[in-house]
Amino acid sequence: MESGALVEIRDLAVWYRVYGGLLKVLDGVNLTVASGQRVGIVGETGCGKTTTMKAILRILPRNAVLPRGEVMFQGRKVLGMRGRELQELRGQGVAMIFQDPTAALNPVFTVGQQIMEVIKYARAGGGPRERRLMALSALKEAALPDPERIMENYPFQLSGGMRQRVCIAMALATARTLLIADEPTTNLDVTIQDQVLRLMRRLVQEKGTSLILITHSLGVAREMTDLVYVMYAGTMVEVAPTDELFESPLHPYTVGLLRSIPKLTGGGIAEGVPGRIPNYADPPAGCRFAPRCSRAMAICSERKPEFFDTGGVGHRVACWLFAAGGGAVV
Amino acid sequence: MGLGRFIVRRLALSLLVLAGLSVLIFLIARVVPGDPARQALGPRAPEWAVENLRKEMNLDKPLHVQYYLWVKGLLQGDLGKSLLTRRPVVDDIKEFLPATCEIVVFSALVMAIGGILLGVLSASYPNSWFDNLVRVVAYLGIVTPSFVWAVVFVLIFGYIWPILPVVGRLEMGVEAPPVFTGFLLLDSLIFGKYEAFGDALRHLILPSVALALGGMAQAARITRSSLMENMGRDYALAQVAYGIPWRVILTKYLLKPSLIPTVSVMALDIAALFANAFLVELVFNYPGISGYGIRAMLNKDLNAITGVIMVLGVIFTAVNIIVDLVVAYLDPRVRLLGGSQGG
Amino acid sequence: MVKGTSWQERLGRAWYGFSRNRLSVVGLVLVVGIVLLALLAPLVVPYPEHAGAFVDYANANLPPSRAHLFGTDVFGRDILSRVIFAFRGALIMAIGVLVAVVPLGSFLGLVAGYYKGTRLETFIMRLTDVFLALPPLILALAICAVLRPTLFNSMMAVCVSWWPWYTRLVYGMASSVRNEFYVQAAEVTGASKGHILFREILPNCLAPIFTKMALDVGWVILVGAGLSFVGLGEQPPTPALGTMVSDGAKYLPHLWWNSVFPAVAIMVMVLSFNLFGDGVRDMLAREEA
Repeated sequence: MESGALVEIRDLAVWYRVYGGLLKVLDGVNLTVASGQRVGIVGETGCGKTTTMKAILRILPRNAVLPRGEVMFQGRKVLGMRGRELQELRGQGVAMIFQDPTAALNPVFTVGQQIMEVIKYARAGGGPRERRLMALSALKEAALPDPERIMENYPFQLSGGMRQRVCIAMALATARTLLIADEPTTNLDVTIQDQVLRLMRRLVQEKGTSLILITHSLGVAREMTDLVYVMYAGTMVEVAPTDELFESPLHPYTVGLLRSIPKLTGGGIAEGVPGRIPNYADPPAGCRFAPRCSRAMAICSERKPEFFDTGGVGHRVACWLFAAGGGAVV
Repeated sequence: MGLGRFIVRRLALSLLVLAGLSVLIFLIARVVPGDPARQALGPRAPEWAVENLRKEMNLDKPLHVQYYLWVKGLLQGDLGKSLLTRRPVVDDIKEFLPATCEIVVFSALVMAIGGILLGVLSASYPNSWFDNLVRVVAYLGIVTPSFVWAVVFVLIFGYIWPILPVVGRLEMGVEAPPVFTGFLLLDSLIFGKYEAFGDALRHLILPSVALALGGMAQAARITRSSLMENMGRDYALAQVAYGIPWRVILTKYLLKPSLIPTVSVMALDIAALFANAFLVELVFNYPGISGYGIRAMLNKDLNAITGVIMVLGVIFTAVNIIVDLVVAYLDPRVRLLGGSQGG
Repeated sequence: MVKGTSWQERLGRAWYGFSRNRLSVVGLVLVVGIVLLALLAPLVVPYPEHAGAFVDYANANLPPSRAHLFGTDVFGRDILSRVIFAFRGALIMAIGVLVAVVPLGSFLGLVAGYYKGTRLETFIMRLTDVFLALPPLILALAICAVLRPTLFNSMMAVCVSWWPWYTRLVYGMASSVRNEFYVQAAEVTGASKGHILFREILPNCLAPIFTKMALDVGWVILVGAGLSFVGLGEQPPTPALGTMVSDGAKYLPHLWWNSVFPAVAIMVMVLSFNLFGDGVRDMLAREEA
């Protein structure tokens, strides 16, 4: 356990109650984000990235069960927080940007009303006039033209890209320690994606906010982050500094993922890694990747691998191939 | 598209609907099997009397001329003469309609306020004992016809626990105010008859509650379910994530969009209030339009039937417009994009 | 619909969806019970001959007892027997109305939805506006009033006021489904209009139609009871629940059983079909998901 970690998730499991029993979606997730760090989480759609992030903010749906694990934010146990403490975490500590900006904005309130409400409960602005000025400057910072007019607009009067900028403005209108961005550009036009990402990078840098960026695009992760976690079917399979991960990936899944980069857009990774994400209702007993892994061994389907240290600094991998610690068993 | 154009469009549509409705009602009144005049006067009436009445009702003219004359009268506020009361139908309606409107307005208030309040409360504590209680009561409210509530109320408050009046509009011996608007509550206030006001209000309670319960239950259920649905939306989640207290999200940010379906249905509910007032007024012996209408119906008093129904059609159309305006206020998409009207 | 699964699994899934709410199962049991009682009325009621114009003043106005569970009315007829016989009229009314209204209303909605943006659509939808400008009960009252009051006429009257709901429902879905790729594909390949309307679009509208039908049974019964309450439904001596309530109300509170039991019967009927309908909705919503 490193001290000074901003976020630390330890062995977190999250299950969902559904028809036919339990979906064991998260199975022992470990994640550490240091102060000021920009961390990417990559993985296929449905591998539990969003669930992990929702756990940090304690906004999991009602049918979620948390059988074990802990989430720490600035050294405080998030899962035990109540009332005011939780309010502070959400209002001042962490902000989240959602995948679909259309769904993330209330359709029947103006942009201004919504941003000002966020500012109000972040306990940042003084009176209504001050809040209005803060909202305006946040919109300006998010590179939105004519903020005065946009304040009076309803979300449906804006384009998708503008809506996502509004969301970013809302998230960063007041000082935050951590920004979680959940596939912030997936629902946007390709031409807009880059602009929005650059805006986010600039704002995070200027404000010194830590960032967790969820994406299924390795390219985006490479461009935006210092550290990358690779997630597969509810567990973290590999973590490494961004450059190192791209140069020397270890986990067979990561290797496959990288091999499939050119085709990795929505359509999945059919060529890079054959097979599909396992059924969460009845996941494989050991390593969840074992059924798809071309290098699976006997132990893989029996015991779940821990994070093993490798040669690289901060490079760890959850795979029995590297159990000895040096990555030499290949 | 601005709000002005929205209203203009809405009014134009309503005029079209009313024109259609006049044709529909006219046709209904003319499908009477047999001769309406003979029906009205009975089999023993002499032929000359039937012939006279036929002339008076324009039944001797071709259908389209009949319609033309009827609409012409309608536009001039002349709905013909009632065969039963031998007075102009308009005068009859003026006498009986305000009483019904009082009941309907009062019970619409009970319905809207009670329904929304219950819906919000049960959505704030989903699956609690309170939520379950509301659900059971809502089911009861929805499946029980208002005339059954009326009968039950009469049984309870008329005989077992007589704390509220169950008959009529005003107690014997209470001095009624002079008729000015026809609305007893208004008239008694205007002329300072506070005793009459209080008494009229007490007489309103049971019929309006009997009427309101069904719609109130419906409103509670719709409000609850659309609140619950919106709670699952990303924007609710986002607002939680931004640290806005749940109380604020619920009563402001979730309530406003959630009221859109509730209010949209409210138009139907108010229409149902008028319809069920026909039955409930009978039980409470309340001198409203329904007694008049039902008597006209049972006696095939055609002018009175078409008159009453046309007037009610106009009222519903107005109610619909008002409800649409409220929806437009709640939903900027309707207001600014010209909205849902006509798809 | 889930494809590629066995009918057992689909049945199991459907039952899971239906029975997730236990009240739906209660509704199903009650509905089956009511239908059986209505079908077998002459065999199961204690006094079948009391369903008609029977008079026995010696046994009139008896309170509920073992011989007459619901008591007897002013003519000495067994109220339980009459209530069970009245289920028949109520069910015939509901089924008759829905059988007539659903195909017609849905067809118009289908056409209007498919021809969205044409005069035909405008005509059909404005027509529904006109028919919906009056609440069903009042329109039905007016129609019943000018016709002779019989069960059949009151059914017709309710039909006239009910079809637009199905037109609107199907219209809404059809107008969005017609833009789906598979519909456009069918059009490009030159499929006939009939094929597109009934094979491509209609199947996608079925779940909501069935849901609405299941829920509507109760509502039609309610409107029917309202009509017979004012004397515009089934005529005496044939028993009708609404008539029984209104006749009985004259004898409150002393002969309370005259109106209370028929009123409870209406509530139970409507409640059963509502619970059942909720179950159908849950079931079809699940199957779609």
